[in-house]
Amino acid sequence: MKSFLIFRIFFRDLKKQRKKITLTTLAIAWGTFSIVMLLAFGEGLKNQMSKAHHGLGKGIVIMWGGQTTIPYQGLGKGRRIRFNEEDVEILKKRIPEIKNVGGEYSRWGVSMTYGKKTLTERVNGLYPCYEEMRTHYPDMGGRFVNDLDLKYRRRVVFLGNNLKQRLMGDVEAVGKIILINNIPFTVIGVMTEKLQMGMYGGPDEDKASIPATTFKAIWGHNYFNVLVYQVKDPDQADMVEKKVYEALGSKHKFDPEDERALSIWDAVNQEKEFNKGIVGITIFLGVIGGMTLLIAGVGVANIMYAAVKQRTREIGIKMALGAKKRDIMSQFILESLIIAFFGGGVGIVFTTMIVKILQAIPVEQEGLQFLGKPTISWDIMIVTIVVLGLVGLFSGFFPSRRAATVNPVESLRYE
Amino acid sequence: MIEMRGITKVYTTGKVAVEALRGIDLVIQKNEFISIMGPSGSGKSTLMNLIGCLDTPTEGDYYLEGMKVADLDPNRLAEIRNKKIGFVFQNFNLLPYATAFENVEVPLIFKGESFKNRKRVGEELLERVGLKDRMDHRPTELSGGEMQRVSIARALACDPSIILADEPTGNLDSVAGREIIDIFVDLWNQGHTIAVITHDTEISSRTQRIVKLRDGKVVDGAGSI
Repeated sequence: MKSFLIFRIFFRDLKKQRKKITLTTLAIAWGTFSIVMLLAFGEGLKNQMSKAHHGLGKGIVIMWGGQTTIPYQGLGKGRRIRFNEEDVEILKKRIPEIKNVGGEYSRWGVSMTYGKKTLTERVNGLYPCYEEMRTHYPDMGGRFVNDLDLKYRRRVVFLGNNLKQRLMGDVEAVGKIILINNIPFTVIGVMTEKLQMGMYGGPDEDKASIPATTFKAIWGHNYFNVLVYQVKDPDQADMVEKKVYEALGSKHKFDPEDERALSIWDAVNQEKEFNKGIVGITIFLGVIGGMTLLIAGVGVANIMYAAVKQRTREIGIKMALGAKKRDIMSQFILESLIIAFFGGGVGIVFTTMIVKILQAIPVEQEGLQFLGKPTISWDIMIVTIVVLGLVGLFSGFFPSRRAATVNPVESLRYE
Repeated sequence: MIEMRGITKVYTTGKVAVEALRGIDLVIQKNEFISIMGPSGSGKSTLMNLIGCLDTPTEGDYYLEGMKVADLDPNRLAEIRNKKIGFVFQNFNLLPYATAFENVEVPLIFKGESFKNRKRVGEELLERVGLKDRMDHRPTELSGGEMQRVSIARALACDPSIILADEPTGNLDSVAGREIIDIFVDLWNQGHTIAVITHDTEISSRTQRIVKLRDGKVVDGAGSI
C-alpha cells in the first residue's frame, strides 16, 4: 500500500508535469539507445573480428625457418634452418598438445589457364589437414585435397573462390580441367567465401592448392616454405611453442633458446592481444553511451528537485505524521528509478528493433563487413540495467536529500 | 505526562534574534483537556511545535512521559511524533491526492503496520468520526468539517499520548466548528489528553484549564509543578 501510494503520487505528478517528465523519459530512452547501440556495435565488431581472425585458422601458429645466432654443440652460428616432412612427423609424435600440423610448399608466378584465359598466380602444395587447420573449406559439391590425392600424386586442384571467379567466371568449376604450368589439373573444389584478416603470401581466396606430393614431383622442392600447427587448447600455445623449439632444436641442432633459429607468427597470442584492443574499444563506446545517459540523469535530477519544491508542504505533513528521513528519501529515489527504468525500457525496445532491422540488411561492402552487425548480448543488457539503476539512484538521491532536510515547521506553513 | 521547564526558543534570522519563548514552565496531566490562548505573536504556535516535537527548544528541559526529548536526533523525534503525538491543523493538511482512508493510513504506514491492521484501524477510526461512508472520497470531495474529522481520525491512528490541535475550528463555519468541539469533548471523555490552541472562547470555555500566553511567557494556568 505504501508503494501503491508512491505510484499514485508519481502519476499525479506525471499529469501535472507531463511535458517535462515526457522529455526526460525521452532523454533517458535516447541515452539508453546510444549506450546499447554503441555496445551492440562493439559486440558485432568483436564477433566479426573473431571470425576474421579465424579465417586464417583457429589456434594456429605459423613458422618459417630462420638462421641460428648462437653457436651450439660445436656448430657455428649463421646456419640456415629449413623444414621438411621429417619435422612434421617429429612434431606429431613428440607433442601431443598439437592437434594438426602440416607443411606447405609454395610457388609464385605459376601460369594457370582455363579456356582462353591465362593468369599468373600462386600455387601451394598442401596436406589434407589444411582443410580444418587453415579453414580451406570447400563450397557445396566440392572437396579438399585428401590422402588418396596425396598417395597417388593426383593432378587435382582446389581453387580459392576469388581465383576461381577471375579464372573461370560463373562456370561450375568442379570437374573441369585447368592447366597449371601447362599440366592439366582437375578442379575438385572451390573454397567457401570467408573473412580473412591475417595472411601470408596473399589471401587464401587467391591461391590454388594442390597435393604436396604432386607439387614436389613437378617442382622438386625439398623444403617447406612454411610449417603450420594448430594447438588443441589455445591457452597452451606458449607451452607448445617452447616444446616446438626443443623438439626442432634437438633435430636441427640449435639452442632451444635461440629465437632467431625459427621465425614464428603466433596467431593465437596475436588474437588474444587483439581482443584486448577490442575490449578497450567496447569500453570506450560504452563510456560515450554512458555519458549521454548521464546527461539524461541530470534531467531526472532536475525534475526531482522541482518535485521536492512543489511538495514541500506534503513532505512537512508526512514528517509531522512521523516520516523518517529514509521514508521521505525513498519516495523520491523510487520515483526517479521509475523514470529511469521506464525510459530505459523504451530505449531498449527501440534499440532492439533497430538492431533487428540492421541485422536484416545484407552488407556487401568490405569495410562494413569488418564492422560486422550490431549484436545485443546479455552482457550488454546487464551493463545497461546496472547503469540505468545507478543513474536513477543518483538522480534521485541528491534531490531526496534536500527533501529530507525540509523543516517541518516551515513547510507546514508553506502554501 | 508533559512537563516543560524554563523553555526558551530563539529564532535567528540574519543578525536579528527573536525570542519567541522566554522561559516557559508548563505541565499537562494525563487525560487533561486544556486550551492555550494568547494574542498573535505571543508564541502559541512555537509552543505547540515544541510540544509536538516538530522543533527543539533553544534552552530548557522537556519531558514527554518521563522521557527527555529536548535533544533527540531527528529520526527519534519522527518516531515520537508518529507514536505519541496526534496533530490536527487549522488548514487540515491532508494529502490531496489520497482518499480519506489513505490519509488516515499514512501514520500507520510510517509505524510499519501491516495492511490488515491499517485497514481495521482506519475503518474503525473513520466510523468513530462518522465518515464510514466517505472513506473513498478525496479531500476535494469533502466539506471542511468532514476534512477536519478525517484529520482527527488521522491524529488518533497511532493511539497517541496527546492530541495537539492548532485552531481546529479556524477554517470552519460555526455549525461544523461545534461538531468538531463535540468530538474533542467525546475524545476527552474517552480518556484522551488534548491540547487546543485557539482564539475561540467557545472551545476554551469547554476545556478544563486555560493556559494564557503573553510575550513568550505563561501568564496564567501553567498547571501544578
